[in-house]
Formats: sequence, structure tokens, C-alpha cells
Amino acid sequence: MVNTKVNLCGIEMDNPIIPASGTFGFGYEFAELYDINCLGTFSFKGTTKDPRFGNSTPRIAECDSGMINAVGLQNPGVEKVIAEELPKLKACFLKPVMANISGFSLEEYAYTCEKIDKEEQVGWLEVNISCPNVHGGGMSFGTSPEAAAEVTKVVKAVTTKPVIIKLSPNVTDIVSIAKACEEAGADGISLINTLLGMRIDLKTGKPVIANKMGGFSGAAIKPVGIRMVYQVSSAVKIPVVGMGGVSNAEDVIEYMMAGATAVEVGAANLVNPYVCKEIIDDLPAVMAKYGIKNLNDIKGCAHNG
Amino acid sequence: MNRGIYKIISNKPLTKDIYEMKLEGETSHITAPGQFINILLDGFYLRRPISICDYDDKTITIIYKVVGHGTEAMAKLSEGENLDILCGLGNGFDTAKCGKKTVLIGGGVGVPPMYNLCKKLMAGGADVSIILGFNTESEIFYKEEFEALGAKVYVSTVDGSFGTKGFVTDVLKDLEYDYFCTCGPMPMFRAIEKIAVTSGQYSFEERMGCGFGACMGCSCKTKYGYKRICRDGPVLEREEIIW
Repeated sequence: MVNTKVNLCGIEMDNPIIPASGTFGFGYEFAELYDINCLGTFSFKGTTKDPRFGNSTPRIAECDSGMINAVGLQNPGVEKVIAEELPKLKACFLKPVMANISGFSLEEYAYTCEKIDKEEQVGWLEVNISCPNVHGGGMSFGTSPEAAAEVTKVVKAVTTKPVIIKLSPNVTDIVSIAKACEEAGADGISLINTLLGMRIDLKTGKPVIANKMGGFSGAAIKPVGIRMVYQVSSAVKIPVVGMGGVSNAEDVIEYMMAGATAVEVGAANLVNPYVCKEIIDDLPAVMAKYGIKNLNDIKGCAHNG
Repeated sequence: MNRGIYKIISNKPLTKDIYEMKLEGETSHITAPGQFINILLDGFYLRRPISICDYDDKTITIIYKVVGHGTEAMAKLSEGENLDILCGLGNGFDTAKCGKKTVLIGGGVGVPPMYNLCKKLMAGGADVSIILGFNTESEIFYKEEFEALGAKVYVSTVDGSFGTKGFVTDVLKDLEYDYFCTCGPMPMFRAIEKIAVTSGQYSFEERMGCGFGACMGCSCKTKYGYKRICRDGPVLEREEIIW
């Protein structure tokens, strides 16, 4: 028997597998396909204070071993998420869920996080700081250590549950941003969000995506994620949730060796809706293949020597 | 929806760039005409959503147009090869809402989903007309197949090389009907919307991420809120569409 249990910010999980926000909705589309209680947890669709339609379509472009999306945080707004989505989720998911929150100002982050923190089903808050800061001239909160620390502080001040700050890889020094979040009281860090990318349609000579640019994800970005998880996990003491291009159990092990406590699976869910269940089913055999008895034993082993 | 491995039993061109592929596998998850399948191809990250033209208890027929690298790769696949497919996706045509004299309107590669719909409506005793719109005679496909079903078939070609010269609306304006269902390009939809005199259903196309409602890649605004083309559509009712 191998041990796949991990502890993320004080909450024990049966395994480290977490479908990433924006690729798993509010869970129930997937609950029609398999019992989603096999998951460690999942991070629900990025929620904001007000309802959002998001960007114009097309919002999706394919790439070699990946995709670009520019959905733009479509969600029904926090009130409706609490009134309509969470009750539906309760019927099919019995574990604590990770609430993914976005905002366009400090006030919005505080408002939404305070509301969602009170929901019994919520285990962790994952705060996405990759959206543009309307007060900061449209620059993302996640691109400066000072702004990242500010968001962390205002969220921590109004919440009781573990706060995980989700970082953007589109920065010059991810380590300084992660450290600023840790100092501001973050309970964990998750990374990486998507890489800013673009595709051009050769027939029209125009960008494929209406928003021109979007977030690049999928198998192609895994080496960037592994590198950043490695860098950040050696610089902070709080747990790191790794993601970026995870598509199988070996990828999960690689992220944990880089220093991740748990691992999120994003774009792969959109290609194979059963991928998280398959990873969980495969994990014990893949651990055995590499002589791993306990997943916690390999955490950050790449840093040794 | 189910995910399964489907065996190609035939894959052949109908015109210069339109292909017909027949697949063998599980079809019990298909619940309505106008639904689609999402095909995983070697070397491509995202699946290819293709509408279902026809199906029975163990085979599916799809018709696709070669428009990019993915469909080019599909055209090269041979009989006997297996494909990983998500089957029975989307909200198809609601035949219960169709009338006794329904007209179906297919434009180009929008023609295929009309086939099973026509079959279902004819089986229900309806008087069905179908207007097939193409640019030119050499692009025409499935005319005989619709005729074999017993439907009244009208063809329009933009250059007048076959049937009525002009667009599907040049046929539609003179027909008597009590309901319509259509699939085709947006300019055709806009032209139909201008002259159609009854309720109807439109089947939309959009770039999709997942094809089953998870990623919000293909959302649109309707009079009844935001909908996903892949899951709440591709078929939407005329009354809810914002043009």
C-alpha cells in the first residue's frame, strides 16, 4: 500500500489532485461523468463580486500541445454562486472545496472573500491576483510584490480559512512576489496561472482570439511551471500548490519533487474529462514504479544535493 | 455524453473538400438530431467538434469540411483506424416543437445535421421540405439522400449553376411552412431571420475548448441569460437569440 494523502494548509486530502479553476466549472458537469468525491478537492470557477459575461468570442485558440483561452472570468457573481451553485455542488461533492476568487480592486477582493469564507463547504480560498488592477492603471495585482502583499493583507483581514494566493508567471521575479505574499500572511501559494500568449490566423492575418491575447496552458507549459514551483518552494515556508501542464500521474510526481504539496490539473480536463479520475487511479502504480511509498517523502526532493 | 473508442468504417470525399466518415461504436448517448461528437486526433491538443449527420444503434455518420490542419488530418484517416471520441454532446433540435410543415435549411457544411432531423420528422409523419444552399453545383452533396427520405428538396446555388440562383432565402420566401430549423453560416442566418415568418431553431457554430460545458469558451448572450453553445446549444430557439 502506498500513501497518497497530503495535508494542505491544515486540511488533509486523500490525494493531491485538484482540478484547476476554470476547467471544472462548479463540479456538477463532471459529477455526471464520475464520482468527483475521489478528488483531493477542486478549485471552482473564478468568482468575482459582480456577474461577468467575460470577453467576446472567439475565446479559444489551439496551440501545439496546449491552448489559449481568453474567457475573461465569466461567472454569475458571488451572490449567485452562494445561492445557486454551492447548493448544487453540495449534492455531489462532500469534501471541502477550494473557492477561487478574483477582483478588480482591493475592495472587491475583500467583499467577495469575506462572503465566500462564511460558506461551510469552502475549505480554502484561492485568490487569483492575475486580473488587472483597475486602481493601479490596469496592471495586474500579481505583477508587483507590493500589490500582491496588499491583496493578501486585505483578504487575510476578513477571512478565517486558509488563503492561497495564485500567482501569475508573467513577471520578472516570481520569488519576490511569493515572499511578499508569505510575509503578508498568505497560508499558501499556487502557481502557475497561464502564460500570456497569442495566435494569428494565417487566412485573415488577424489574432484568432477576439481579445487578441489570452492565457496559454496545457502540456507545453509544464517545464515553466516545474521551474517556478522549484524556485518558489525553496524561498517560502508555506505550502506550494503546483500546476501547469499536468496531464498524468508522472507529472504529479514531478511537481511534488519540485516542491509542491498538492497539484492542480487544468487544461487536461477539457480534453479528457476523466483525466483527474484516471490520474488518481494510476497514481499508486506509478508511485510503486518509482519506489515511492509515501508522496510526502518526495516533496521537494529535487532541492536536495 | 460518453467517451469511447470508435472504429472508422469508411472515410470518403463527397466533393472536393467535403468528406463523409462512418464510425462504429456506442451511440446510446445521442438523444436528439443536431448533437455533435468531439474527436481527439493524434498531434492535436483540442478535440474537433463535428455535428452528427446520422446514427443508428451502432454507427455514426459525420460530414466535415477540410478547413484546417485538423480536418486535413481527418481526411487522411483510413478504414479500420480507431478514434477517441466524446459522443452525444450538446442540445440538439427539439422535434416536438417542429410543425406539420417544417422547412429545414442547410447552408454548405451546415447541411449534415439536417439529415437525421429530416429522418426523425418524416418518421413522425411531418411534411418536410429541405432547402440546400451551396455556392456552385460541384459543391452539392446529399441531395439524393434527402430525396430518398421522401422530403421535398430545393437547391440554391449562388452562381445559379444548379437550382434556384441566389441564396436559400430566395427559395424560402416562396414556400409555405409552419416551422423552420436551420444550420449554416452567420450571413445565411441573418438573411433567414429577416424573412422567416414562423418560430424556428438555429444551430450555431463557435470555437470550443472542451465541448461539454466546462470551460465557458463558447458562451453567448441570449434573451434568457448566458448560454454555452456546446452544452445549452448548439441549437437555440429563434425567440431567445440576440442578433
